[in-house]
Amino acid sequence: MFAYTSRRIVYVIPIVLSVALVCFLLVHITPGDPLVAVLPADASQELAAQLRSAYGFDRPLPVQFGLWLWRAIHGDLGNSIATGRPVLSEVMRAVGNTVMLAIAAAMIGFTLGLLFGLIAGYFRDTWVDKVATSIAIAGVSLPHYWLGMVLVIIFSVQLNWLPAVGAGPGGSGAWAWDWEHLRYLVLPAITTSVIPMGIVTRTVRALTGDILSQDFVEALRAKGLRETEVFRHVIKNAAPTALAVMGLQLGYMLGGSILIETVFSWPGSGLLLNSAIFQRDLPLLQGTILVLALFFVLLNLLVDIAQAAIDPRIKRG
Amino acid sequence: MSAMSDTALQAAPASKARGYWATVARRIRRDKVSMACAVILLLIFASALLAPWLHLADPYQGSMIRRLRHIGTPGYPLGTDELGRDMLARLIYGGRLSLVIGILPVILAFMVGTSLGLVAGYVGGKLNTAIMRTVDVFYAFPSVLLAIAISGALGAGITNSIVSLTIVFVPQITRVAESVTTGVRNMDFVEAARASGAGPFTIMRVHMLGNVLGPIFVYATGLISVSMILAAGLSFLGLGTKPPEPEWGLMLNTLRTAIYVNPWVAALPGAMIFAVSICFNLLSDGMRSAMDIRN
Repeated sequence: MFAYTSRRIVYVIPIVLSVALVCFLLVHITPGDPLVAVLPADASQELAAQLRSAYGFDRPLPVQFGLWLWRAIHGDLGNSIATGRPVLSEVMRAVGNTVMLAIAAAMIGFTLGLLFGLIAGYFRDTWVDKVATSIAIAGVSLPHYWLGMVLVIIFSVQLNWLPAVGAGPGGSGAWAWDWEHLRYLVLPAITTSVIPMGIVTRTVRALTGDILSQDFVEALRAKGLRETEVFRHVIKNAAPTALAVMGLQLGYMLGGSILIETVFSWPGSGLLLNSAIFQRDLPLLQGTILVLALFFVLLNLLVDIAQAAIDPRIKRG
Repeated sequence: MSAMSDTALQAAPASKARGYWATVARRIRRDKVSMACAVILLLIFASALLAPWLHLADPYQGSMIRRLRHIGTPGYPLGTDELGRDMLARLIYGGRLSLVIGILPVILAFMVGTSLGLVAGYVGGKLNTAIMRTVDVFYAFPSVLLAIAISGALGAGITNSIVSLTIVFVPQITRVAESVTTGVRNMDFVEAARASGAGPFTIMRVHMLGNVLGPIFVYATGLISVSMILAAGLSFLGLGTKPPEPEWGLMLNTLRTAIYVNPWVAALPGAMIFAVSICFNLLSDGMRSAMDIRN
């Protein structure tokens, strides 16, 4: 296990470096001079030249990348142009809200997905299976930002049960674990949970069906095991793959939250990314994407290790 | 004589392939869900294509006195939007742009990804490592984040949104193409072609492409659903189409302010995205099971 874990960690290093390179290059594919972003509109030629060498924009690209990477490793992702505050602290504050949303959505989506998937797989080709499969297909085909709007129309506009936007009555800064605040989380979390619910349902259904058709299940039944005990074996065999899929989905929820956070004005990393794009705040754009992508890589690593820990077949491979 | 046997050699696998595809087509035609989806998609495509000849209202012509009419208003079967433009006309005209920006990235990625995957899978070795490790880098980003990152960096616009979505899908199709190609490359008929003196390009084009295209095509069809949602999503954020162009994602965005006045009209463009997306998903599922003839 230790050998596998260390091997996986070593594999991650080139991925992290390439992710950093992509994020670094993002600013350079933007039309125009990257300096425009940090330069006041009325800047003189001297100031422009001064800033150019201060930011290192006059150096060759590989050197610039090295310098940027060196600062990034030390937690310096530059300052936001819009607020002047360090990018890293802005991003980390927002990521907290996104993590909260993603975990709430994961609790809903994974629970339902596992439930529907197991039932559909077990009662394959019955009406139960058809219902669960239809829900799953609808889940993965829904434009989730539209679902968010429809939920707001039903539960905020028509019924007036739940708030439409924001993350609490006191604005974005003050969160508390009471119903007054949690009710703001309900609609965004349901909206976010729909895609993972659909994907987990489809995966678990296929897994359950495959496992049930294997010979060892026949052997278990022949041995006289009760159906509930057979089912326990099915779950044990489906767990590693299901876990991997759920881990990946958690990562997608963290990184892909921009549309839902925009619909609900949820003050997370997605909303931050949205404002960074439209204010042309390039350091903030770059920093947010880097942090989110690193979260995703880290999560993938943890999933791989956890998967190997519960499935002895993987370590040998 | 030698020309004869050449044609015979090439015709043999082709006629076998036709038999396979005929079987697949017959199985799809028997699948009610797939056929229903195909019909709905055809209707949406045809109406978008024929929009100028359908005697619709002008999708750009608004009026301040008839803003946000309800669904079923005489003369405005689907109501009017926040600027008083006819929703039916805008939804039908909106299909033109929405379908193009949703489907074109998948077509482009299908061409690029299939070529990359085919070359990586057939040539193997260092070239395979180079292509597949580059692909891995893009897998380190959640696809929505990657699309937004590229689109956000390039700036708003239809071309940029198509480019960014193509970049998102190329790695996924390349992976599928590579794994399918690796499965086929060591089969006897490829060995036979090599032994008979065919060059790598001929082998890839003539002997392998037909055998790998099916699974890749089905996978790409499944991607159209995601692509439609993401493309409209980019427009919804303001990164795609610009007003006053009718496009479903953008319409959904501009109608967001109207949800307190006329909520169901505001939700219509999203229903169109959903309809196209779910039909492509079901069609892709239907094709997958129809092509799975061995089981």
